[in-house]
Amino acid sequence: MAIEGADIVKAAAFLGAGISMGLGAIGPGVGEGMVAAKACESIGKNPKEAGLLTRTMLVGQAVSESTGIYSLVIALLLLFVV
Amino acid sequence: MNIDASTFVHLAAYTGGGIAMGLGAIGAAIGEGYTAGEANSAVSRNPEISGDIFKNMLVGQAVAESASIFALVIAILLLFLDLTGAVYLKGAALLGAGMCMGLGAIGSGVGSGFPGGQACLGISRQPAVATQLTTNMLIGSAVCQTPAIFSMVVALMLMFMDFSNMPLYPTWAALVGAGLSTGLAAIGSGYGGGMAAGASCEGIARQPRSVGNVTTTMLVGQAVAQTPAIFGLLVSFILMFKAFPESQALSASMALLSAGLCMGFGGIGPGIGNGMAAEGAVRWVARNTAHAGELMRIMLVGQAVSQSTAIYAMVVSLVLIFVL
Repeated sequence: MAIEGADIVKAAAFLGAGISMGLGAIGPGVGEGMVAAKACESIGKNPKEAGLLTRTMLVGQAVSESTGIYSLVIALLLLFVV
Repeated sequence: MNIDASTFVHLAAYTGGGIAMGLGAIGAAIGEGYTAGEANSAVSRNPEISGDIFKNMLVGQAVAESASIFALVIAILLLFLDLTGAVYLKGAALLGAGMCMGLGAIGSGVGSGFPGGQACLGISRQPAVATQLTTNMLIGSAVCQTPAIFSMVVALMLMFMDFSNMPLYPTWAALVGAGLSTGLAAIGSGYGGGMAAGASCEGIARQPRSVGNVTTTMLVGQAVAQTPAIFGLLVSFILMFKAFPESQALSASMALLSAGLCMGFGGIGPGIGNGMAAEGAVRWVARNTAHAGELMRIMLVGQAVSQSTAIYAMVVSLVLIFVL
């Protein structure tokens, strides 16, 4: 297998994209799950505030999601732009 | 250093066997340790029924053990496989099979320990519902085992499918990637499914009348927690069954290896997160059964958001496989 300069750069970009999105997906997945678990607990304790709690949960999860989106952006940049 | 095909394939088979059993031993041991620890707490709380608790502990541990038994089977098969006339590519497939089974057994082994431990504690708290607790523990831990079973299926396919007429480059990367995708993604789903099952055993002991609602919520939550492992399985199947044109370029191989790594790692977090959401919902369905419907709804919404990063990872994997 002959390896050339441009080829090895492309190979590194592909590998980097996979690692970026793969590892970057771990944190938001766990974090959003924690938020959902706590939201269930809060609604169990105080069902009257379900609407407010759902809204708070979704906003919190959206913020937690941001690092996953950064990973996606970096992965797509590595795949298509760099 | 020049290694001929037969030496390389044997090297891969033995390394794969070691990885399968070494990694595969981690999860079940931790899970069983957790079960035994909780069983001790349970006996100290209620020593009169230590016999029932002991029996339940052993049944729970036996189920948790199965993940590492799958790994043992794959490791033994790898050691004694007939490899006469095998090509280099077989070596990549066997290494992928070993990693797939080893990694895939971790989550299920740990996860299955949670329902076992909580069922033991529950029996000490409510000896009257011991049968229901054991049944629920068995259902919950059986579902926890599915990611390990997915890994075993992929490992067996990698070991016994015939790849001899495929080009070595880049198919080697596809086969290693196929092993990593299912193996890594199974970690999160196995662990997450166990969290939901543990909470259901605790909940039934607290509120025996809520058993129907609790079991339903647990099963729905576990089913959603399985999806990252199913995404991993899907990417593995694509990597194993798609015919890739021969290419000496390193980038063609790395794209396929990266696709497997991306989906594998990407499945871990959402699997655990979905399990946490299910754990929270199940715990509170038991305490507040009147609002079971509302809790199920919020659990599903939370899980759907937690799932999103696994979907990003799958999209990037599919782009790496099909677009580039």
